[in-house]
Amino acid sequence: MTGSSGFALFAQLFVSLDQTTSTTLKVQALADYFGTAPPADRVWTIALLSGRRPRRTVTTTQLRNWAAQCAGLPLWLVEEAYPVVGDLAETIALILPAPSDMVQPTPSTPADAPITTLATMQNGAQSLGPTADLADWIVMLRGLSQADDKTRHQCVLQAWQTLGTTERFVFNKLITGGFRMGVSQKLMTRALAAATAIPEVDLALRLMGHWDPAEVDFETLVLAPDPQANLSRPYPFYLATQLDAPPQELGDPADWVAEWKWDGIRGQIVYRGGTAFIWSRGEELITDRFPDLTEMLDLLPDGTVLDGEILAWQHTHKRPTNPPKQAELPLGDVPLAPATEPAVQAARIPGLAGQPQPFAQLQKRITRKSVSKKLLQEVPAHFLAYDLLEIQGDDIRTQPLAQRRASLEQILQTLPADAPISASPLVQANTWDGLADQRQQARGYQAEGLMLKHRNSPYQDGRKKGDWWKWKLDPLSIDAVMIYAQAGHGRRANLFTDFTFAVADETGALQPFTKAYSGLTDAEFRKITAWVRKNTLERYGPVRKVRPELVFEIAFEGIQRSPRHKSGIALRFPRMARWRQDKPASEANTLADLTDLLSAFEQ
Amino acid sequence: MTKRTTSRTPVLSFTDKGIYCAAADAFIDPWRPVDRALITHGHADHARPGHGAYLCTEAAAPVIRHRLGNVKIETVPFGQAVAMGGAQLSYHPAGHVPGSAQIRVEVGGEVWVASGDYKVAADGLSEPFEPVSCHAFISECTFGLPVFTWDPQPTVMAEINRWWAACAAAGKTAVIGAYSLGKAQRVLANVDTTIGPILTHSAVEATNKVLRAQGIALPETTQLTAEMSAKSHPGALVIVPPSALDAAWTRRFKPVETAFASGWMRLRGIRRRRAADRGFVLSDHADWPDLNNAIKESGAERVFVTHGYTSIFRRWLESQGYNAAIVETEYGDEAPEAEEDAEAALLPDASDNPPEPSGAGA
Repeated sequence: MTGSSGFALFAQLFVSLDQTTSTTLKVQALADYFGTAPPADRVWTIALLSGRRPRRTVTTTQLRNWAAQCAGLPLWLVEEAYPVVGDLAETIALILPAPSDMVQPTPSTPADAPITTLATMQNGAQSLGPTADLADWIVMLRGLSQADDKTRHQCVLQAWQTLGTTERFVFNKLITGGFRMGVSQKLMTRALAAATAIPEVDLALRLMGHWDPAEVDFETLVLAPDPQANLSRPYPFYLATQLDAPPQELGDPADWVAEWKWDGIRGQIVYRGGTAFIWSRGEELITDRFPDLTEMLDLLPDGTVLDGEILAWQHTHKRPTNPPKQAELPLGDVPLAPATEPAVQAARIPGLAGQPQPFAQLQKRITRKSVSKKLLQEVPAHFLAYDLLEIQGDDIRTQPLAQRRASLEQILQTLPADAPISASPLVQANTWDGLADQRQQARGYQAEGLMLKHRNSPYQDGRKKGDWWKWKLDPLSIDAVMIYAQAGHGRRANLFTDFTFAVADETGALQPFTKAYSGLTDAEFRKITAWVRKNTLERYGPVRKVRPELVFEIAFEGIQRSPRHKSGIALRFPRMARWRQDKPASEANTLADLTDLLSAFEQ
Repeated sequence: MTKRTTSRTPVLSFTDKGIYCAAADAFIDPWRPVDRALITHGHADHARPGHGAYLCTEAAAPVIRHRLGNVKIETVPFGQAVAMGGAQLSYHPAGHVPGSAQIRVEVGGEVWVASGDYKVAADGLSEPFEPVSCHAFISECTFGLPVFTWDPQPTVMAEINRWWAACAAAGKTAVIGAYSLGKAQRVLANVDTTIGPILTHSAVEATNKVLRAQGIALPETTQLTAEMSAKSHPGALVIVPPSALDAAWTRRFKPVETAFASGWMRLRGIRRRRAADRGFVLSDHADWPDLNNAIKESGAERVFVTHGYTSIFRRWLESQGYNAAIVETEYGDEAPEAEEDAEAALLPDASDNPPEPSGAGA
């Protein structure tokens, strides 16, 4: 109905993305969109697809009420329909009648205060018609945060009257603040690269950091970025791949740098223009949560970017009177590690004047937006730097690691001994066996294993195989998606405890490859059971096919080919090492990862 | 036989075997074996095996015979009154699938109508729905929520045609999941046959054969065989039961694009969970406005609601001034064709005990 408006184009994009499960087609639809949409809309689309969603300016209660009123339905009926649809924005879009059939709100009595009009509210802007663009609608929505309820009501009604069903749905998604399009930032960046012929890596860098889509134009953000424009900008993280072969295959150990793989938050500290910014790997700016990390940064040269791990810390020089609490294990929990594991406090890590604490401690710091003095004392943070990416404003990511490491140690030397930042110590050994022995210490150090990095490796972008390897304690593990669940027996009756796991093949189809029954706590099983009940797709006797959404880290001791199994693969002692609540199914491992492990193991 | 009928006996009552007419000593769409069954239509949750005698419309009989084999079936033309015991029975088009009927039961001047499954909008295949005046109306409400409204069939068919043509142009096979009795033929009867060849799964073709034999015109179709592939039939539309959408045979037709035609495709969550590439909103059940219109046009004061969002729909009808009640039935399970109903069992409103999945072998 509004074929050429920017908003109609955006709604069409939404439909195209929704109508396919193919990554290629999604990227193509996005790339086409980036080639044709109005420039301001492109910026907003980039913002929406990189987690920069507008805040909700109207309450869901208001929306429900107004929608019921427009549709001439009682509120209770709308509320009954909502859980069936599972999405308020969609529910409303589905019940709203054609604009001509919409029930007009009863006119207010003459005694009422004059209605604020859109025009006066928006500082002279015209009310939005069918030709409005995505940017216009979002600006209108953002403006509602300053408006009174009557204006909000009026604006929303006007939108519903103007828009078709799909556009209404997209508008409702925008207004409820829950906008997702099933496209990762990575895919969006790839599409943008296709549309602009700018390398994906460059775009990833340009799109990071703080920028306000209302204030930046497409030209500045994407096409002609000024490298000085955004001091806060971190570099895209370089991610390591799990080692799937004996390390001996990596060649001469002298070519490799080994360091501890810490169990904290991977982060970058950006210090430019006298200001510090701390970024998590998820590209979240977390400076405010770690004021203790930025204390002595002014001793570093301006234009420094460090890559490292944020850890909860215990200083060895001033032991607290009360020993820090261990992560609480619920009773009945079966620890995967042997009970004879060395106590955390006991191990002194060579090259460190302190002791990393379990991740559970660090969690106290990240769950809060601002941190109290008390918490800062209770759980001090420390940054163990792995790498130096920028020095005196120069991007040195293409330098060999050994050279970057030397510079890193050099600049960190200038910091006092009690500084909250230090270089993560290297693990020294002349042979792989020597490193393997050291690696056995990892658990005692609160580390997950070793990192092996080629001494000549540049700092790359994303997960690139070959130069950086995780050599974790668990010999083999894979993140897999749960696809079937079955209730257990005996004390596990009525609990779903037996799961079948799958990984995606090259077409994206999930291929089951193992079952696992153990490794989780009863509390976790209870939580998963409730989830399974709500997310059953089909039943086959006692087995339920569930939505392929939950990701688990499956640990196992061996892998071999097996003609008896449908997948052609048999695992030895598979168990659930962890419920990866932090990972969507799209980030689980793939069948290719699994077969890589298999061929490595066969040698 | 008439001895059980008294002026106090309701025209129809609800038993654990099905909807019972005491005056005729017969059950409407019973789910346990009975002596005499009055059948609305041939879907397996309504026409079950094991009854002594069946009465259905002439148009519904061939499919029921085909499915139930050697059972005793009597037929009646639409609209013709049949006296059975103290009751006057007649069958009226329900518009759900070919031959499907609402059953009108009149006893001592009081008229009740059991709708079976119905849809009001014409589909170009089934006998169009006919409103029947009554005192009490037993209505299904599979889609008894205001979020369920259907676009007109030409709009949906145009979407399907566009999708098929786009698939064919891109060198892909278009595979559409549609229930093998009703939806499949509805797609067939309305699709633009000039786009390419139409292949059918054996379950669909079996129904096609029965319907063609009774004089229903359907476009030419070819049953899938193991030798066929995308090479032998480029640009084809393949019509299969929903359960066969992701079966092994589709590999021979790669690259494929899959679609599913059902009223449930109205909901994005179900559309996504179905994991077909496309969902077309095409239902053989009445949507929200049509349920309300059909009930209004029946003129009934009492309304009984069966399978669907019964508790919500009853509350709605009461707020509209009807005397409404819920009737527990066992429709909407076991049959592959009943998947529109079975799907409902997985939604939040339904119980935690949905039927077993059906049609797994299709």
